[in-house]
Amino acid sequence: MKICVCAKQVPDTNEVRIDPVKGTLIREGVPSILNPDDANALEAALQLKDEYKDTTISVISMGPPQATYMLRECLAMGADEAVLLSDRAFGGADTCATSTTIAAGIKMLGDVDIIFGGRQAIDGDTAQVGPQVAMRLGIPVVTYVQKIVEYTGDKIKVQRQLEDGYEVIEVKLPCFLTCVKELNEPRYMSVGAIVDAYKKDIKIYNHDDVKLDPKDCGLNASPTQVFRSFTPPVKGKGEMLQGSNKDMAKQLVVKLKEKHLI
Amino acid sequence: MSECYFTEQHELIRKLAKDFAEKELTKELLDKVEETGVFPEEVLQKMAKAGFFGIKIPKELGGQGADARSYVLVMSEIAKASGVASIYVSSPNSLSGGPLLIAGNDEQKKKYLTPVVKGEKKLAFALTEPGAGSDAAGMTTTAVKDGDYYILNGRKCFITMAPLSDYAVVFAKTDMTKGTRGVSAFVIDMKQEGVSCGKHEDKMGLIGCATSDIVMENVRVHKSDMLGEEGKGFNLAMATLDTGRLGVASQAIGVAEACLEEACKYAKERKQFGKNIGAFQAIGFTIADMATKLEAAKQLTYRAAYMMDTKQDSGMAASMAKLYATEICNEIAAKAVQIHGGYGYIKDYKVERMYRDCRVFTIYEGTSQVQQIVISSKLLRK
Amino acid sequence: MSVVVIEKDCRGCTKCVKSCPFDAITMENKKAVIGIACTSCGTCIEVCPFDAIVKDEVEKEEHDLSLYHDIWVFAEQRQGQLQDVALELLGEGKKLADARGCQLCAVVCGLNLTNIVDELFAHGAQKVYYIEDERLNQYTTDGYSIAIGDAIEQYKPEIVLLGATHIGRDLGPCLAVNCNTGLTADCTKLEINEETKGIMQTRPAFGGNLMATIVCPNHRPQMSTVRPGVMEKAERVDGAKGELIRVQIKLKDEDIRTKVLEVIKTVQKKVSLTDAKVIVSGGMGLGNAEGFKLLERLAKAFGGTVAASRAAVDAGWIDHAYQVGQTGTTVKPSIYFACGISGAIQHVAGMQNSDLIIAINTNENAPIFDIADIGMTGDLYKIIPDILEEMGM
Repeated sequence: MKICVCAKQVPDTNEVRIDPVKGTLIREGVPSILNPDDANALEAALQLKDEYKDTTISVISMGPPQATYMLRECLAMGADEAVLLSDRAFGGADTCATSTTIAAGIKMLGDVDIIFGGRQAIDGDTAQVGPQVAMRLGIPVVTYVQKIVEYTGDKIKVQRQLEDGYEVIEVKLPCFLTCVKELNEPRYMSVGAIVDAYKKDIKIYNHDDVKLDPKDCGLNASPTQVFRSFTPPVKGKGEMLQGSNKDMAKQLVVKLKEKHLI
Repeated sequence: MSECYFTEQHELIRKLAKDFAEKELTKELLDKVEETGVFPEEVLQKMAKAGFFGIKIPKELGGQGADARSYVLVMSEIAKASGVASIYVSSPNSLSGGPLLIAGNDEQKKKYLTPVVKGEKKLAFALTEPGAGSDAAGMTTTAVKDGDYYILNGRKCFITMAPLSDYAVVFAKTDMTKGTRGVSAFVIDMKQEGVSCGKHEDKMGLIGCATSDIVMENVRVHKSDMLGEEGKGFNLAMATLDTGRLGVASQAIGVAEACLEEACKYAKERKQFGKNIGAFQAIGFTIADMATKLEAAKQLTYRAAYMMDTKQDSGMAASMAKLYATEICNEIAAKAVQIHGGYGYIKDYKVERMYRDCRVFTIYEGTSQVQQIVISSKLLRK
Repeated sequence: MSVVVIEKDCRGCTKCVKSCPFDAITMENKKAVIGIACTSCGTCIEVCPFDAIVKDEVEKEEHDLSLYHDIWVFAEQRQGQLQDVALELLGEGKKLADARGCQLCAVVCGLNLTNIVDELFAHGAQKVYYIEDERLNQYTTDGYSIAIGDAIEQYKPEIVLLGATHIGRDLGPCLAVNCNTGLTADCTKLEINEETKGIMQTRPAFGGNLMATIVCPNHRPQMSTVRPGVMEKAERVDGAKGELIRVQIKLKDEDIRTKVLEVIKTVQKKVSLTDAKVIVSGGMGLGNAEGFKLLERLAKAFGGTVAASRAAVDAGWIDHAYQVGQTGTTVKPSIYFACGISGAIQHVAGMQNSDLIIAINTNENAPIFDIADIGMTGDLYKIIPDILEEMGM
């Protein structure tokens, strides 16, 4: 079986803070990490590989050259090969253009049985690239996969997460599955696997390598554009109650009564 | 990080250890270890799977094929979260695995080292005796030849992990007349007839890793379980301790870094006289000194590891790293407790445990004074 | 619109490098260079002291946009039940339709949905496009994206709004590809640009640390998914009527490549955080799952519900259905209690519009106090029982 995993290197947005005075982002010291949902996607692929030994896993990503660091991490978790789509021509892409590029990259891998991706990346939170890649490859997609129920060679049965439950969905291969964190617990790398990961080559493809015209990728092929961006307005600091726990509880109840909230 | 000593590969190994420590060595787990004195086997198995038990050991022997710098990074990241957890990392990589790696033959390596780095077995290192601490050559444990066997008698003390171990590397005198040149090394099976452990020591810190005596009464060891040549045991012990020093230095910088972080956090949060205590120079300057000394200790330790990796003579560098890092770790921990005031004396706060844990760093695997002997004797040799 | 550096004006101060949220700017020969990770967010333009960074208009082939009219909202139904988010979309859609001077329409798929059609009219839809087909009773990605794509091609709406639910976020991207247009996810604010008459879609990105306003100038329809719970629901007007259009589609059985075998509800009592008037939310400060029992008591006293921060959900203390924040539910209750929640931006993004925020935290410097209306420093396990006692509960 051949599995492809789509991964993205993202800034760890949980580490980002806003400068309270200037209202600007403080990015200093924010590490770049493997997008968390993508780690679940890779783990799903690795679990299939654990069971079906003749499986190869290729990880594909679009991003700047530094993203090879994240791809090494994927290799050290157990992926067999890694491909980075990196080209100035890919810059400024919205999800639409990104999906075209990634789909073109996946085509270079040959026939793939299952593609796993994360539900969404924490820097954009769009959840669009996965399904759009599937559309461009002409294969079915199941999003929000929270459990793999059964794999039977030509079909896979999964649970798709809903707000208040889940659906059980069966889909024929090849297909694209986007994964949520409830799906599994990503494994650790190992020291030895990291050593090996640095002995492997990571293929780096530009637009020519994936047979794309520059007008079909990056900013040129993006229907949506950022008009402007700003840091969200900060709500002013309220009142800190003082005194003992009892005092504060009393003051709170008085205030809520004044506002007719109790 | 000190970029000049490390590659991106090292950075990823550090990330692995850091992620592991954050996720697995939670406050909840560590409090339980402190309370019960037992470190969960499940976490040890995860450590083995992540390759922490065989960092420098070649892949053919089940190890990871990485280097001394990787060992330093893993040790300090784990120690940063938990001193006792780092003992479990250190043992197979240095003290107990070391003699096998240095002097073991292929069969011995396969039989003893491979299962240890895979986390299937545990191995102790037994050198110290009640009457022979820093003066290791003064040991009285004997190994008397009897055909294909040696008969071991004697008592080893303060042996880390002894009650948990499957095997132990034991140093004994095969020739009482020859001093250091009469010492040989053996691997004994801890379940073997004549081997017992005595009571667990009730330690000040590093709770969760049982330490006890190993008592040997007419223990028969086959000659195939002798490590290296007869009479070369003392050199083997000293060579092993060279790597060990690097490990303890790494533990020290890990614990010291955690103490510094806790101190900074507390100094920013705690208010007295209407302002954060960090705003007082007495606290601010103390923290500046702590950070500076920690950085110096890191550089010494990283340099020693780098020299080891590039096959330079690293003995003195490792001694300096161990001496300085462990001493300043104690100083930093003490200051971190001081900055915490009364809260630093309470077990709810992380610095209390770290203060106790690091006390032994200047004592075990060669006291600070032994390191001073090593350094000064090299300088004053001619 | 790409972001470019005017090389002669760049002094190499590196302010832009430090400000870029996406780490896309590097220095080469002491000049800033914009790299591939750039999303054109424009943060660097604002920080550049020398006006050396500008947005550059890209020449694009013009599409004929004049054929597209009206605003469509996707009326999501599950098991024949119209979802609340559809009413929110109608509420917002009405405002946009007024601003644009066009009609507000709804599109609905399934079987025997005349009740829903009436509801849509009652909530302000002037036209309802009804795709009646048994195969669309249960949502499937393929069925819906083909059917609605087909309807869009026939009737050419100018704007299509979907709820950012687990269904809308699945359908939207596929629909956008089928219609060869752009899509903006999880919008929290929509407005019509008076000049271009295009829609301006504002959404949180970067874990809620950054707001971005997105436009889709050259493609139609302009599509957005809208976060549930953010927009005001449309008023219901009994008996309001509109035009019903039954849409004929070309959908073949084999087009639907997934088979939904079962739909299971796991959350016993439906968690409707978006409708709750009072929410008592817990974070890591609870220390364990048991802590939610105390929060339940406080919530009960106010007739509200409990909720949680992502950290508490990740710790496995409570189901993810209860999660408030950027990756959870957006809420705006009358009272929001944040108990033991530090106030990470990703959480704040989902609750900052609550009318009254009351925070309890042991750390007086916790960022939650920066946005709280009333703050209490202390142990929630002591303060909450005291509050309950004061209330006579």
